[in-house]
Amino acid sequence: MTDPAPPLSADVVVIGAGVVGCFIARELVQYDLTVVLLEKRSDVGAGTSGANSAVVHAGIDPRPGTLMAELNRAGADAFPAVCQQLGVDLAMIGGYIVAKDDSELPILDRLLERSRHNRVPNVRLITGQELRERQPAVRGAGAIHVPHTGVLDVHQLVFALAENAAQNGAVICRECPVEAVLVRNGHLRGVLTPAGEVAARVVINAAGVDSDEVAGMAGACDFTITPCKGEYYVLDKAVKPVSSVIHPVPTERTKGICVIPTVDGNTLIGPTAHDVSDKADLSTTEAGLAEAHSSAAALCPPIELTDVIAAYAGLRAVAGDDFIIGPTKVGGFINVAGIKSPGLTAAPAIAHRVVALVAEQIGPLRQRTDFDPVRPPRPRFSTLSGEKQAELIAQDDEHGEIVCRCETVTRAEVRAAIRGPVGARSLDGLKYRTRAGMGRCQGAFCLPRVVKILAGELDISPLELTKFGSGSELFIPPEADAWDP
Amino acid sequence: MRCTTTDLVIIGAGPAGLAAALEARRRGIERTFILERDERLGGILPQCIHLGFGLHYFGEELTGCEYAQRFIGDVEALDVARRLRCMVLEITPGRAIYAASKARGMERIEAGAIVLAMGCRERTRGALRIPGTRPAGIYTAGTAQRLVNIEGIIPGTRFVIIGSGDIGLIMARRLTLSGATVEAVVEMMPYPGGLMRNVVQCLHDFDIPLHLRHTVTRIDGPVRVEGVTIAPLDDAGKPIATQARRLACDTVLVSAGLIPENELSKTAGVQLDPRTGGAIVDDVMQTSVPGIFAAGDVVYPHDLVDAVSTEAEVAGRAAARFIRGEMVAEPQWWPMEAGDGARMVIPQRIRADGDGEVQLAVRPASPMQNAVLTLHGADNRIIAQRRRRAVWPAEVETLTVDKGALRPGERLRVTIAESPHEDRTSL
Repeated sequence: MTDPAPPLSADVVVIGAGVVGCFIARELVQYDLTVVLLEKRSDVGAGTSGANSAVVHAGIDPRPGTLMAELNRAGADAFPAVCQQLGVDLAMIGGYIVAKDDSELPILDRLLERSRHNRVPNVRLITGQELRERQPAVRGAGAIHVPHTGVLDVHQLVFALAENAAQNGAVICRECPVEAVLVRNGHLRGVLTPAGEVAARVVINAAGVDSDEVAGMAGACDFTITPCKGEYYVLDKAVKPVSSVIHPVPTERTKGICVIPTVDGNTLIGPTAHDVSDKADLSTTEAGLAEAHSSAAALCPPIELTDVIAAYAGLRAVAGDDFIIGPTKVGGFINVAGIKSPGLTAAPAIAHRVVALVAEQIGPLRQRTDFDPVRPPRPRFSTLSGEKQAELIAQDDEHGEIVCRCETVTRAEVRAAIRGPVGARSLDGLKYRTRAGMGRCQGAFCLPRVVKILAGELDISPLELTKFGSGSELFIPPEADAWDP
Repeated sequence: MRCTTTDLVIIGAGPAGLAAALEARRRGIERTFILERDERLGGILPQCIHLGFGLHYFGEELTGCEYAQRFIGDVEALDVARRLRCMVLEITPGRAIYAASKARGMERIEAGAIVLAMGCRERTRGALRIPGTRPAGIYTAGTAQRLVNIEGIIPGTRFVIIGSGDIGLIMARRLTLSGATVEAVVEMMPYPGGLMRNVVQCLHDFDIPLHLRHTVTRIDGPVRVEGVTIAPLDDAGKPIATQARRLACDTVLVSAGLIPENELSKTAGVQLDPRTGGAIVDDVMQTSVPGIFAAGDVVYPHDLVDAVSTEAEVAGRAAARFIRGEMVAEPQWWPMEAGDGARMVIPQRIRADGDGEVQLAVRPASPMQNAVLTLHGADNRIIAQRRRRAVWPAEVETLTVDKGALRPGERLRVTIAESPHEDRTSL
């Protein structure tokens, strides 16, 4: 079962279905435009958007006057309303930037100053004592408290954006790479995909770590993406050392290795920050684990290595020290590149800016009257009260069949995640939509069950199922007559 | 929500649950209910198609399936009440159980007594913190066993098995017989994690290399496993990078230990032993919550299912007595400690009510020759002792103590030490 092939033509083609591309697509469908969203991977949000800190930042860090600073602020303001519309949980748990000793206190003063320049409200300097009272597991000489810091599940956000865009007419094609960008006389004609050409008036390059390559296809590349890997380690839900996001003081390059409560009750430690040369290198390393643990434990001593249940890595798409958002020398081709932190937070504002850029390219846009911004919330069974769970089972008895024991995910949830627009078609797609396989047993119990349901719903053999798209088939049985006694 | 009240609820229909249920029924507890989340009875046994079960309990060598079927047959013959495809979500300290099933929705069951028999889960790659990529082709040995033996899916062609626990050893043989190649079993300790007979019958007999004192330092392959890097460990337990080498493979199985599955026990307020990850139990398998008992791998991972059945019968018997009001509510206990040479001793405390013998289950902390297992009491006096020619962490030893020999209020401790005297009395 594959996504529909892209149409022969569209007003706007968005390349890259990460959080930025999905925000853009969802923004564009509010206007009288045909929108196609192309994604080379097997699912939306499968690149950097699926492997980050998942923090909505208040906007202290970015250098004032940069696009990052402006769009971080605007994005942070827009986030709560968007999450409400999309039925995505945004937990405003607040954050602390912690000075590990007295020598770092002047940095806090500078950050406070910067927060004023960036118009971030309610930021306060607190003493080491006050920090200990609020976050007893955290050690520091002093801190800045940033109340407008939130966490969410970025996968859920991306799925919700994509579904809402699709629900409003966007065509989303996964496993559909762009092979060429067609340009004539310095003007965009369209793109070439394995399914054929898609003529387009505007192309938005939101291709993340590959955005330099895509810009190169159009002859509109004047930047290089240097992927900077960040490793993360996930702690067991039984361990909850902190209740807000804990940051060390930031460097010029990164926000540092943080301790981050997730919206689902785990804790993340990370990210590290090391440039890599291979854009496909998502491996975690022994050195990365040691670095993440020692930094996190310096901030928060109770954190033990034995609390770790999973690890992942993501690549920051770094193109210099600011976002690259704007038209190029190729008419109709717009770059949205170098979106590293605070990219997630800035994404709603980036999308608004892109709409303005599209209008610059093709003339004033007409707003639709039939755009539905609401994507109905899909409450997680595991988070409901016993009474609500009972009600849900009474409405749909497949909620009574628990498929994932660790995260209490029901068959009805698994089924819903596969059906519907932009549904799951792989094991990871199902995992990220439902959390089946993300608990402490890491799928050991639910895998055989999920395999049966997925194969049944997609009407394929289990041997065709993949972890995350072709090449990652789950099962490669030996040839029938392989054993030679 | 449906609400019912019953006498005894058994959570889990594996060997522990089945044996406990049957024993309670035979002792007259008619209203005994088994709740099982899978679609069949038997727990993990139906996927254990290999021999090695029942030598002690039945005096016969059976497959896991055959062993389970003996108990399933009795459950069916006695028509013990049971619900399949029913998952328990919560147990309150007051012994109310919330369970969800497609057939009956969410229901609340008030139980006079409960036996926890939820078994265990496997240690994962993530918990082992093995660096590298996260491709398709990494499974725990138990999941692979279910895939092969029940779903009929062989997940790969060339395997490396991390950890020499029994499930991994059994799967090494199973996969070889199914046409796959097992390149190696990699074990970080200097001795195997599973039973010696499995090492012989599953690895030696099939020329599968066992690399002791080795660890997997990396899994590679961006979309599907392509290889692992293994390295020997130095005396400090650190990998020697200069001697690392890569083994090409397409599938990795993790067989690195079992962890009692006690999420439900926690909801009931049952105290857990940090050494075992399972409930603290007394000699009748009662937990810290009166009326809640535990048996089987949920208490500690057993090496023989025969011991699970016997232990579960103790729990079933005690649950029956509790329901009839025959059990002393807050007895005195003798606390039991695992001392030098012992990784774990079960039970962690012995009741001062009743008399008779208690069989202690002791897991050695390391391999020893000419071992002496000793139960010490107050002032280091020796209460019971047993000699063994050799002991292994993979094989739980037993030590019997007569309650009559214990003094009021003394603290008990089991040690295992190497003795210079030659053993003449043990097997």
